[in-house]
Amino acid sequence: MNFEEQAGKSVLARAGVSVPQGRLCASAQEAEAAARAIGPVVVKAQVPTGKRGKSGGVKLAATPEEAAASAQAILGMEIGGFPVARVLVEEQAAIAREFYAAVLNDPASRSPLVLFSTEGGMDIEEVAATRPESLRRMAVDIRKGFGPADARRLLLGLDLGEAAVPVAAMLVDLYRVYRQHDAELLEINPLALLADGRVVPLDCKLTVDDAALYRQADIAELGAKEPLSALEERGRALDLKYIELEGNVGVLANGAGLTMTTMDVVSHAGGRPANFLEIGGEAYTKGTEALDLVLSNPGVKSLVVNFCGAFARTDVMAGGVIQAWKTLNPTVPVFFSIHGTGEDEAVRMVREELGIEPYDRMEDAISAAVEAAR
Amino acid sequence: MIVRKSDRVLVQGITGKQGTFWTEQMQAYGTTVVGGVNPKKAGQSHCGVPIFATAKEAMASGGFDVSVMFIPPAAAKAAAIDAIEAGAKTVVCLTEHIPSHDVMEMHAAAAEHGTRIIGPNTAGIVTPGEGFVGIMPAFNPRVFQPGRVGVISRSGSLGTLVCLNLVRGGHGQSAFLGIGGDPMIGTTTKDALAALIDDPGTDAIALVGEIGGSMEEEAAELVAKTDKPVVSFIAGRASPPGKKMGHAGAIVTGDRGSYASKRGALERAGAVVVDVPGDLPAALDALMAEAAKRSGAQRLAD
Repeated sequence: MNFEEQAGKSVLARAGVSVPQGRLCASAQEAEAAARAIGPVVVKAQVPTGKRGKSGGVKLAATPEEAAASAQAILGMEIGGFPVARVLVEEQAAIAREFYAAVLNDPASRSPLVLFSTEGGMDIEEVAATRPESLRRMAVDIRKGFGPADARRLLLGLDLGEAAVPVAAMLVDLYRVYRQHDAELLEINPLALLADGRVVPLDCKLTVDDAALYRQADIAELGAKEPLSALEERGRALDLKYIELEGNVGVLANGAGLTMTTMDVVSHAGGRPANFLEIGGEAYTKGTEALDLVLSNPGVKSLVVNFCGAFARTDVMAGGVIQAWKTLNPTVPVFFSIHGTGEDEAVRMVREELGIEPYDRMEDAISAAVEAAR
Repeated sequence: MIVRKSDRVLVQGITGKQGTFWTEQMQAYGTTVVGGVNPKKAGQSHCGVPIFATAKEAMASGGFDVSVMFIPPAAAKAAAIDAIEAGAKTVVCLTEHIPSHDVMEMHAAAAEHGTRIIGPNTAGIVTPGEGFVGIMPAFNPRVFQPGRVGVISRSGSLGTLVCLNLVRGGHGQSAFLGIGGDPMIGTTTKDALAALIDDPGTDAIALVGEIGGSMEEEAAELVAKTDKPVVSFIAGRASPPGKKMGHAGAIVTGDRGSYASKRGALERAGAVVVDVPGDLPAALDALMAEAAKRSGAQRLAD
């Protein structure tokens, strides 16, 4: 789950990290009132994605009138596919220096990684490529944690002057928030040293592990809702992994790997997959609901059912599909490929109850479906 | 990490529906299951083996080598650490959707105790004709046959399809190594490849990858160094960026984890990467014929 800047900052504030004064506004009038109370402000689009500055979603405003005009210009923009419905109106900080700080899950070391750079405001990939000497990284033993001594060691040799102490304290705070909230990523860019010596986050990018949301209920309501289509919402309610795509060949398979592969082979055969939908694992009993979902997309002109059962029994999955087929009476042609656990029974059922002969090679089933969708 | 009949297997969560079903399948196939774990039913027996309260207790009473976990996500960390601290050589973690911070704690404990973790989110490992640990259809002779090709896959379903294709093409398997679809797995593509390169029973390798992460790129270093033929299929070429395609690890963000990067790295290292999985057996035939010719020429020269 991604958190917009203001939501991430409120998670930081709840954990005792000091953040700049700001207000979330949904209209030019609200932005004007906020600026009247705060003084000179920055008006920032709130969307759960990066590159806001480059898209014109961040503007300085010296007066309440300017704040209103900036908010007017930014609200309603679309940034990275997200419509801007709210802006953060935040105090302008007297910035002395800008840094970069992040804590994230690192697959290579299979541990948390703390990153810090004296080059704030830039993409971290760019920093790593152009100013590697400014970038520090430390893999953390998650059972021991990351304390002040670790932070000092990480910052050793960087020219931070008096900022070294508050920066070290901020890194320890960021690690604590990362751990407390099952974050996959907590990134502050820029992290600013102010003229008065304080170190404050001027931006905040927070991603919390979806698998851990059950124990993060207190902050989950602050997170950004994923933009889902109506069918994707329905899939989620059924606990099915359904992703809507632009094509016309419906895909129903079991297991993430096989479903991705089915989409790949559809493309390779010159077709366009209409969706990703897998009913592997515990979902293998949901064939009926799954087929209903795929056929609810009016763009679907043909359908591939590709099962290769291991844990998921193909006879159970095929039974669900057959039941849905009889209930829904669809007119689109369907092409089966069925292998693995329960295969003989599944093939017999499809043959006898639907009068359809499954293909021996999945590539052939998919080619036929692509042809039929033309 | 190649399962042997001599490996003593403990089943954590043996009394549940899936634990029971797959324990029976493993036993019927020849896997040496020595016990199960369920704290509430300790002292009883199930599937003909004793139930222990903890993995530590199982280790104290007869011992085990490999633990396989049929454990829900919220309890997975404690179960894995129990097995690790008991001294398991290998923990096969089938569980999907374990919180990442828990997974990192499991990996840290495993590194300290010298335990190999396979997974999380793996379908398990198979040595055809000898045994299997996990939830793969080892017992289906159309999918698995004893042979000389080692198979590595992040996905159980796609791994099953590839094994089926290989058997149809006349290639049995020396081992199937399912490594899991999570972003932070204990045994990586490179680790699995190293095990197959070292395995005298393996003549050639089918490496099944997918978008996300950089494990295939890292494994390419070993592909370049081995004489064993390597064929590969990478899933996810048609997947849109920014979406997790079912597996938490299967996501392309920016340039990271792309199909092109993985395919490029493997091809530069000398692997043959095919467009569709059905082409794997033919690619394997061609490479193995070439390798046989090379070693024949070598023998003549000697």
